[in-house]
Amino acid sequence: MSAAQQEFHVAHATRSSRIGIAVLAAVLVVLAAAPAWGGRQELRLLAEIFSYVALASLWNLLAGYAGLVSVGQQAYVGLGAYVLFALTMLAGIHPLPAIALAGVIGAVVSAPVAGLIFRLRGHYFAIGTWVVAEVFRLLASQVSALGGGSGISLPVGIVMSIGSSRQEREFIIYWLALAILFAVLAAIFALLRSRYGLALTAIRDNELAARSNGVDVTRVKLVVYVVTAFGTATVGALIFLQKLRVSPDTAFSVNDWTAFVIFITVIGGIGRLEGPLIGTIVFFMLRQTMADLGSLYLLMLGAVAIVVMLKAPKGIWGYVADRFGWQLLPLERRLIIANRQGDAGTSQEKREER
Amino acid sequence: MDWLNIILQGVLVGGLYAMFAAGLSLIFGVMRLVNIAHGDLIVLAAYLALVVTETLGINPLLALVIVVPLMAAIGYALQRGILNQTLGPDLLPPLLVTFGLSIIIQNGLLELFTADSRRLQAGPIEVASIQLGGGIAVGTLPLIQFLVALIVIAGLQFMFYRTAIGRAFRATSDDPAVARLVGLDNAHVFGLAMAVSLAVVAIAGVFLAVRTNFDPAIGPARLIFGFEAVIMGGLGSMWGTLAGGIILGVAQAIGAQIDPGWQLLAGHIAFLVVLAVRPEGLFPKIQT
Repeated sequence: MSAAQQEFHVAHATRSSRIGIAVLAAVLVVLAAAPAWGGRQELRLLAEIFSYVALASLWNLLAGYAGLVSVGQQAYVGLGAYVLFALTMLAGIHPLPAIALAGVIGAVVSAPVAGLIFRLRGHYFAIGTWVVAEVFRLLASQVSALGGGSGISLPVGIVMSIGSSRQEREFIIYWLALAILFAVLAAIFALLRSRYGLALTAIRDNELAARSNGVDVTRVKLVVYVVTAFGTATVGALIFLQKLRVSPDTAFSVNDWTAFVIFITVIGGIGRLEGPLIGTIVFFMLRQTMADLGSLYLLMLGAVAIVVMLKAPKGIWGYVADRFGWQLLPLERRLIIANRQGDAGTSQEKREER
Repeated sequence: MDWLNIILQGVLVGGLYAMFAAGLSLIFGVMRLVNIAHGDLIVLAAYLALVVTETLGINPLLALVIVVPLMAAIGYALQRGILNQTLGPDLLPPLLVTFGLSIIIQNGLLELFTADSRRLQAGPIEVASIQLGGGIAVGTLPLIQFLVALIVIAGLQFMFYRTAIGRAFRATSDDPAVARLVGLDNAHVFGLAMAVSLAVVAIAGVFLAVRTNFDPAIGPARLIFGFEAVIMGGLGSMWGTLAGGIILGVAQAIGAQIDPGWQLLAGHIAFLVVLAVRPEGLFPKIQT
């Protein structure tokens, strides 16, 4: 094919991703109808699962794609929670818009924080994020209007403003959790399909090579850090709207909002959109069967994460994707070159790893 | 006079923080590994000292004779057994594996020793003090702890620049591939570096346990103190690390004087200010 004119386009979808989309759509419909088929316990558990999928997906975007390994995302969970309580209790804002505002404030705060901790390279960045979370925790415990170190409960009046009956409130919070999860996943999906996504995938695979190909790595990382803070603070506000009580130790807990989230992502498959979904399912199955073991359960979780990191660093979904070439969502980029003059049968495919 | 006293106490505590930091700084220098379980290993050393003093009925400072080699052995085994496998161009594996290790140590200690806070009893030396005149007195134990910190820092400095093993550390730090070419066994050198790091951790853990109450959950905060001292002092400089520890100790002492709730916050703020004004640290040795 000498000077033949070529047409090309980029294809994303594969057979597995078409099946994946159909399955996800069906699951979404079933989950949206959960108030009709599930009891109070199921709804609470599902809402918690949604929150963890969202947190893990956000952490995965940050660490798995942008290479910003943070062990301090509890800073934004706690910030979101405290902003929610401050806006509703001190400023008299309705809880639902307050959740959205919590996200905005999380993003606004995260920009100057990034300016400071981005000075720390690689490994030290991780501990720097932890210092920030500690500072937030200590500052929160100084706010006496929100209960200081011992925390505070959301007053009944504000709780009632969400919905008049208990059932109504539970349904609203459940749908809110589902909607926020959907929004988070859709936003990450859109980001990964955009030019930023290509840059992010390049950074994930080789930061130096990405830089030398003209990717503005620092800018991309800053965008991801701020977007992640927005999402994490929103989810944090939602989690504590469900809990109805906030305290510095629960809101800024490194175990609940970072350790679990990291284990979920690592076990499911870091650097893959599907990883956190799979990881959360595994995590909750383990928890439902073994949570009675208390600290032994956590000990085991730590050991599983180490073994996965050493033996199968791409996690469960990474293994599946490599072995079978599956993708749940159409994120793959394949360059399809069709020769205009030649026969259509010789169209070439160039697959690129997602 | 009151403030002078507060600053002096802060300086003495700073010696302990410098010991938290020295081991962290050493392994980062040699193999670019940041050990998130560092603080939990300090707590592990404190519990080992507790077991040793309770079974043998000896003074905690004497227990160092057993705890230091034991922690060094644990360090060597940990490095050869697990951590060496995580080293490479990718940042994630060492961070996540040491993070997992941190969770394992915390919950293992919780399972064995419960969440009750414990303390090592060092006898009458705990309350002894030396009058410096002008109404200022220093505790004998904090003074010993500070002197030990000086000796540890000086010893590490000497080892790094004047001994064969120090030469091996510096060689693998500069270029692991070339170090292997000239006949160094990197896996072994890294094992030794972790052994030295945890020997320092053992000393720090025992002094921590004599000074304050401890429980399985206090590790992460010690990691953060050590980390802040390293960054404030400047990477790669042992005496800088001591200076970083002292700045942290003094900042916390002044913060605590203003308001007890501000003790930790003041230390973190000092760190963030140094990071904003002089991100390379106050006494940087290596450029990263």
